[in-house]
Amino acid sequence: MSARQAFASSEASESVLDVKDLVVHFAAGRKGPFQPPSWVHAVDGVSFRVRRGTSFGIVGESGSGKSTTAQAIMRLVAVTSGQIVFHGQDLLGLTGRKLQEARKHLQIVFQDPFSALNPRRRAGDQIREALDLLGIGTAGERTERVRHLLEEVGLPPQAADLFPHQFSGGQRQRLCIARALAPEPDLIVCDEAVSALDVAIQAQILNLLKRLQRERNLTYIFISHDLGVIQQFCDEIAVMYLGKIVEQAPAANIFAAPRHPYTWSLIAAAAPAGPMRDRLKQSYLVKGDPPSPVDPPPGCRFAQRCPSATVHCREVLPDLDAIANHHLVACHRVHELVPPDLSMGTLAATSS
Amino acid sequence: MSAVLEVKNLSVSLIAGNRKLVPVLENLSFSVEAGQTAALVGESGCGKSMTALAIMRLLPEGFVVTGGNILLEGEDILTLSPKRMRALRGNGMSMIFQEPMTALNPLFTVGDQIAEVLRWHQDLSGAEAHARAIALLRAVQIPAPERRVTAYPHQLSGGMRQRVMIAMALAGRPRLLIADEPTTALDVTVQAQIFDLLAELQQETRTAIVLITHDLGAVAELANEIMVLYAGRCIEAGKTENVVGHPRHPYTRGLLGCVPHLKLGPHSTRPWSDLAEIPGMVPPLGARGTDCAFLARCRAANQTCRSHPQPALEPIASDHEVSCWRKTELVA
Repeated sequence: MSARQAFASSEASESVLDVKDLVVHFAAGRKGPFQPPSWVHAVDGVSFRVRRGTSFGIVGESGSGKSTTAQAIMRLVAVTSGQIVFHGQDLLGLTGRKLQEARKHLQIVFQDPFSALNPRRRAGDQIREALDLLGIGTAGERTERVRHLLEEVGLPPQAADLFPHQFSGGQRQRLCIARALAPEPDLIVCDEAVSALDVAIQAQILNLLKRLQRERNLTYIFISHDLGVIQQFCDEIAVMYLGKIVEQAPAANIFAAPRHPYTWSLIAAAAPAGPMRDRLKQSYLVKGDPPSPVDPPPGCRFAQRCPSATVHCREVLPDLDAIANHHLVACHRVHELVPPDLSMGTLAATSS
Repeated sequence: MSAVLEVKNLSVSLIAGNRKLVPVLENLSFSVEAGQTAALVGESGCGKSMTALAIMRLLPEGFVVTGGNILLEGEDILTLSPKRMRALRGNGMSMIFQEPMTALNPLFTVGDQIAEVLRWHQDLSGAEAHARAIALLRAVQIPAPERRVTAYPHQLSGGMRQRVMIAMALAGRPRLLIADEPTTALDVTVQAQIFDLLAELQQETRTAIVLITHDLGAVAELANEIMVLYAGRCIEAGKTENVVGHPRHPYTRGLLGCVPHLKLGPHSTRPWSDLAEIPGMVPPLGARGTDCAFLARCRAANQTCRSHPQPALEPIASDHEVSCWRKTELVA
């Protein structure tokens, strides 16, 4: 389903996942013996909604909180506050049997397929483990299911008897995808699932994920730092910076008319080579590294690196407000700042 | 202008358990002039890093150079004594490694590590070397270099560590700089900054750069010449505008086609259409026969390709060479 169709029917199509004001803070010790404890503000009030059958992209630099958001959704880190509503049920309130039941429908594929698989267990057993633990089917059915899953991700049935070190990186990521598919989930979180792979293998895995989405009406939360991949793969995109969503819009809008200075900087860094890239980099690429998420100062998180920041920006945290239908931006100066002219990009794209 | 680095018919092999030689790199030739950048491109396992290590004479145990010459300003470095080699590394040529966290010593401050290069190669005193280290950190645009010079690697971010690596590599004012995937471990905005920095420093110092990367699209701006490696063989080489603009080898085309590059502007985002993938993967070491290495993955392969050995790298235009039996038929 394309982004436009998805939004046309947005009222009708149900949301699979509804994250409300998610906050994840980690304790970071004290600076001195009589100082108050410091907190890493990994995720600081993030809300979004994912519609069935679509891909929701989260993009940002390291330390922006995108992986922590993914882990919080999977209940792999302790959440400080907020709600994660999945199929009408708040995941954060669940424990034991009920949580296990919910996890059947919620799976994750990690970035590094080398450390995500147990080196001492055979591939087939690792895919089967989820079925065994969740008590899906009879023993015979599970074996049959493992064979079928391997086939679906493009591996031969003999692969079930091999150990992870006997596979290449791309094949290992296929195993991880098969394992995630085993309990027939509705939602799969892909946390940088293709970032560790070679470009040619990356294309194979992206095509595989898209085919599975079409066949099974899967919903993805797709986390990446690669804007090109995000643009191709996702229907709706959230840009995160230091634990906050700074801009959120359908893919069509965010790359045609981005409104947040940080999005401009990301786009300038990833733009295709040419005169437009030089112009964008000149005016919009920010300097330096993202600051530390430990006890961030009040005000807009991006203010320290933002070329357009004012005193107001440094003191007051902007809200994520809608500036158009489905286009949300967290910037005090969104109506004053002139967005970059990206129309030259289309000219270049159509002429080539 | 004479070339800073000239690599002629370089071959590297792995000594296997039964004392047999397994080819890793076959007949690679290229040259780089002062102030120019040459890029080696390919997937992992294609021999890019082995080329870099062979040039530095840092090949891991079990790997040997089985043929060819490597000339650094006319001097064949394969025949040099270890002592002369040590003098050249850091001074004549230096290398930026992929992962700055493992390439820096965690027990010394970054200032000490930069100063070490200066004390070895330029006979500077401790105080002079310290002052130069600060100047170098400033040159790679590290804010507050007077303070950072006493920082340990773990106190710096990934981008800063890579800047330190660059400062260290440039400390001896080398004529040749080898950058092995210098930005792979970094964030996108920092990647762009590092590439800009390298280009800027190159303008000032006229250093020749050999850039190693797997992303053909990303080097288009920086490189003057590109060599595409596949399974240890160079299969396409030439000026960047030829290789990226008019790729001829099916592998080069595949590499360019399978990366979803960002498109900007209105109507830039289109519904999903499958990426042009290259099926299969690079043949592992020891499984590479005499026929075209790309044969098994090539969609354009025909009877000629199957019945002949790997074709020679032959020119199809000025500054553009391709190793493909069907090079004249497959026109862009």
